Amino acid sequence: MKHPGEFALNRRDLVAGASACTALTVMPLTARAEAPIADRAVKTPVSLTINGRRHDLELDTRTSLLDAVREHAHLTGSKKGCDHGQCGACTMIVGGRRINSCLTLAIMHQGDEITTIEGLGKPDALHPMQAAFIKHDGYQCGFCTPGQICSGVAVLDEIKAGIPSHVTADLTAASEVTASEIRERMSGNICRCGAYSNIVDAMTEVAGRRA
Amino acid sequence: MKAFTYEKPASPAEAASAAARMPDAKFIAGGTNLLDLMKLQIETPAHLVDVNGLGLDTIAATQEGGLRIGALVRNTDLAADARVRTDYGVLSRALVSGASGQLRNKATTAGNLLQRTRCPYFYDTAQPCNKRQPGSGCAAIGGVSRQLGVIGTSEACIATYPGDMAVAMRVLDATVETVDAEGAARKIPVAEFHRLPGDTPQIETALKPGELITAVTLPKPVGGTQVYRKVRDRASYAFALVSVAAIVQRDGSARVAFGGMAPRPWRVEAAEAELAKGAKPAAERIFAGAKPTHDNAFKLKLAERTLDAVLTEARG
Repeated sequence: MKHPGEFALNRRDLVAGASACTALTVMPLTARAEAPIADRAVKTPVSLTINGRRHDLELDTRTSLLDAVREHAHLTGSKKGCDHGQCGACTMIVGGRRINSCLTLAIMHQGDEITTIEGLGKPDALHPMQAAFIKHDGYQCGFCTPGQICSGVAVLDEIKAGIPSHVTADLTAASEVTASEIRERMSGNICRCGAYSNIVDAMTEVAGRRA
Repeated sequence: MKAFTYEKPASPAEAASAAARMPDAKFIAGGTNLLDLMKLQIETPAHLVDVNGLGLDTIAATQEGGLRIGALVRNTDLAADARVRTDYGVLSRALVSGASGQLRNKATTAGNLLQRTRCPYFYDTAQPCNKRQPGSGCAAIGGVSRQLGVIGTSEACIATYPGDMAVAMRVLDATVETVDAEGAARKIPVAEFHRLPGDTPQIETALKPGELITAVTLPKPVGGTQVYRKVRDRASYAFALVSVAAIVQRDGSARVAFGGMAPRPWRVEAAEAELAKGAKPAAERIFAGAKPTHDNAFKLKLAERTLDAVLTEARG
């Protein structure tokens, strides 16, 4: 079955393939036998566990974790902003740690526990961070919000685990939930609507509730 | 992105031989720099060797009283390690000043060392770049170069090494441990790990094709007050204009390395005796022979002043 996005990928590959052909002709025979033929997609079975549910997929090796989740597992809560790890819209929690899902390959995450915004809460049973974002108006257009919330949840866990940040004054002391800690730790999540101060309020409230 | 085949070997020797077998192979660890560049077709490997199955993810004490950091220890875990925070504070500080939380969770010790020395023209495939396409020219020379190198650069390339971790490792006299396709191990002082561009800016490190980093070792703690100060255009998640890694002892002796100034972490041991006299004479020695551009000449003054601030802070 074709899904939106697959066509765009194929069109791009066609252009890429043209330049790759020249490179392949000068490669030694042994390597050429193992190399992908004329930049043709290499497909491979990939099994992902997303929000506790297993998805058995057949993917091009190039597929990012983000594209696998959105285009193949059809969980479109995670967003593609820059696709280069600069904006944080694609943030997911993998193995308990937040990562940019656009900058990692799906094939590298077989067996990992992957949590997306859909796995944090449901419309009728929101995660405390989701509820706090609504209460404090932690968004306007909402595009960055799934990434902000996944990052926000993981940031509070990082502070709890004693992971230091650039603004932690004493490296040997426990980190605290302060506005400057939240701002520094959330710097990998961009919000072009500028809801930052409300995001800090939402995270501060959730941190207080937990303590 | 160009298509590639993929494998995930189980031992460092297997990984090195897999990479040596395929001429267009690359190791992938965190992938945060490599995949970024692959999406732009600046890196075009035909085969990826995923090293995440190799272990190499622990930090252990060495017999010499130092630490051996596995190649796959994530930047977050290295920065948070209690021994690093206590005895190698400059390293912890450098790590948390780099990238974003998401990237530090993925980026590895070896991968951080191997991030490309790069500039905006390296990313812009419509522009000439001797690093991306050897012999094509350098668009940065005569272009917008505010962020770029002032020393150690060449007629072929003026990009800066953008990392923070390696600057701290340079001041800590770390050693990079590797294994090659034949299974032979070697140790490379971090001072010799990154090379200057000369007329081959595409070759950035001392690694041979297929050679795999297995660990970085730190010598016995040297104590002192350890500082990493990074000056940049915004408060977080930006490359350094100038950064200073310093270890200052009670007797006034000190060692310093700079980031953001050169194609590799910049340290001049012979100039460190000058640090007792102050930042100005030391900076003059450290940056003697600098060739700044019109856009980035300010970095020399900024480096001196940042060094002054760091020495003042460390000496209380």
